[in-house]
Amino acid sequence: MKRGALGLGLLVLAAVPFWVGGIYYVNIVSQILISAIFALSLNVLVGYAGLISLGHAGLFGFAAYGTAILLAAGVGHLGAITGALVLTLAASALFAVLALRTTGIGFIMITLAIGQILWGLAYRWIGLTNGDNGITAASRPAPFGLSLASATSFYYATLVVFLATTVAMAVFARSALGAALKGTRDQPRRMTALGYDVWMIRFLACLFSGFWSGVAGILFLYYNQFISPHALALSASAEALLMVISGGAGTLAGPVAGAVLVVIMKSVASAYIERWNFALGAIFVLIVLFMPEGLVPGTVRLTRRGWGVLRRRAAAPVGSRR
Amino acid sequence: MIALELKGLDKSFGGLRVTRDVDLAIEAGERRLIIGPNGAGKTTLFNLIAGEIRPDRGTLALFGADITRVPSRRRAHLGLARTYQIITLFAKDTLLHNVMLSLLGLSPLRWNPWARLHGNHALRQQARACLAEIGLAHLGDRPLAQTSYGERRRVEIAMALAQRPRLLLLDEPFAGLSIDERRDVQKLLSAIPRSVTIVMIEHDMDVALDYAERISVMHFGEVVVEGTREEVVAHPRTREIYLGV
Repeated sequence: MKRGALGLGLLVLAAVPFWVGGIYYVNIVSQILISAIFALSLNVLVGYAGLISLGHAGLFGFAAYGTAILLAAGVGHLGAITGALVLTLAASALFAVLALRTTGIGFIMITLAIGQILWGLAYRWIGLTNGDNGITAASRPAPFGLSLASATSFYYATLVVFLATTVAMAVFARSALGAALKGTRDQPRRMTALGYDVWMIRFLACLFSGFWSGVAGILFLYYNQFISPHALALSASAEALLMVISGGAGTLAGPVAGAVLVVIMKSVASAYIERWNFALGAIFVLIVLFMPEGLVPGTVRLTRRGWGVLRRRAAAPVGSRR
Repeated sequence: MIALELKGLDKSFGGLRVTRDVDLAIEAGERRLIIGPNGAGKTTLFNLIAGEIRPDRGTLALFGADITRVPSRRRAHLGLARTYQIITLFAKDTLLHNVMLSLLGLSPLRWNPWARLHGNHALRQQARACLAEIGLAHLGDRPLAQTSYGERRRVEIAMALAQRPRLLLLDEPFAGLSIDERRDVQKLLSAIPRSVTIVMIEHDMDVALDYAERISVMHFGEVVVEGTREEVVAHPRTREIYLGV
């Protein structure tokens, strides 16, 4: 049944340009997928490592700016993307070394500070980043000669990257290293006594997470063909964190559901509800009240309970019914 | 062969000297009991041996090799395993997963980011065998949170034994157990082969006394009496510390 649902989901995603009704909506689904990749990358830290980062938009923006600056310097698309990803990995390593001196609140504060520094650089280092005006990417790449200029073709490229991310996340979460990472989240002291290098496991998780944040950032740059300091702001980090937590941290479907919710509220509902921020806030409050573990695990739990009640009713002897 | 040798071990927390110049030599295969009233520094001593905290002074040697500066995680690879006074296991995971994590800790597989942990048959079989040894094979797929306290204590000991340690540290393994559960744990401990050296902290003398061969009594961070069971029980200092006379 799970396989059937997966196949159906793939079909629905592959057919998006045919049923969604217009370029505008195709673009929104692309935005959802990019946000989902970003949320999935943050989920590695928040969900599996138990480390809450409030500076992830910094890495996301770092990769986007890296690509844009390399492109502007005349480097080709492949070179710019590769270069930006390598630089993002290096930055992730540096930030991890700084942030992993602590866990808990300390980790949140250090990542917040790093995110703000990167935002400040994007905003103020005008010689490199063009400041508030941002940088434009003149063209999108054309992998294997396929142009990504149209909304539909870009959507398919994003979908391929999204699926690759999902597979990578699924494999990692069930892997031996993934199990070790979850162990360091639940019982770091015990894990050390069992012979694990807790610091190194967390460090690797930061690299893995940073890499996919970078991938999302590069997609974001090419989607807009533009990057400005706005993408690195604290509100962008907080939004990603909300996606992860509202959808369900530590699950695969949770961050994706969170991305769907946030992007739809931001792009679609904002056309109808002027105070969409208020509506989004109200939804988060409801989620926290009724499904504190997140939308996806919460729905699974409530559905199971519902089924259980129905089944018990059906199984109860006729005489006991009123 | 000396399994564990402590020389002049000192540790202070602020102005409080919790370990005072402790010398301890434990023979390979020995069953050593460490007793002492609350706050005597027993658990701190264990944390020093396991490497969770560093001594201010003194040295530790494991089977002749100096481990004073060896980090905690490396000590597991050198054959040291421990249990905690307060059980700290992976509550949401199954018993099988708990034991597999213990086995994984010493395996190079732990760095593998793509091989499925539960797809590894050798590790699974080994974990099942460990659970069978403690008589919990039938609960392998149950989340730890749904087992009794006594069962968890046995799982914890099984996880320590799964690593085939040469030295096993048990921190109050009988604390909080019912009489039946105590019997189960006792049976489990007496089945451990002599290739494993055991050091046990126990508050409750009754259960532990007939298990240990040699006993060290700690008081205010010092080892004040050491000897065979009879010697220690008959020693006037033991009586003084425990009975206050």
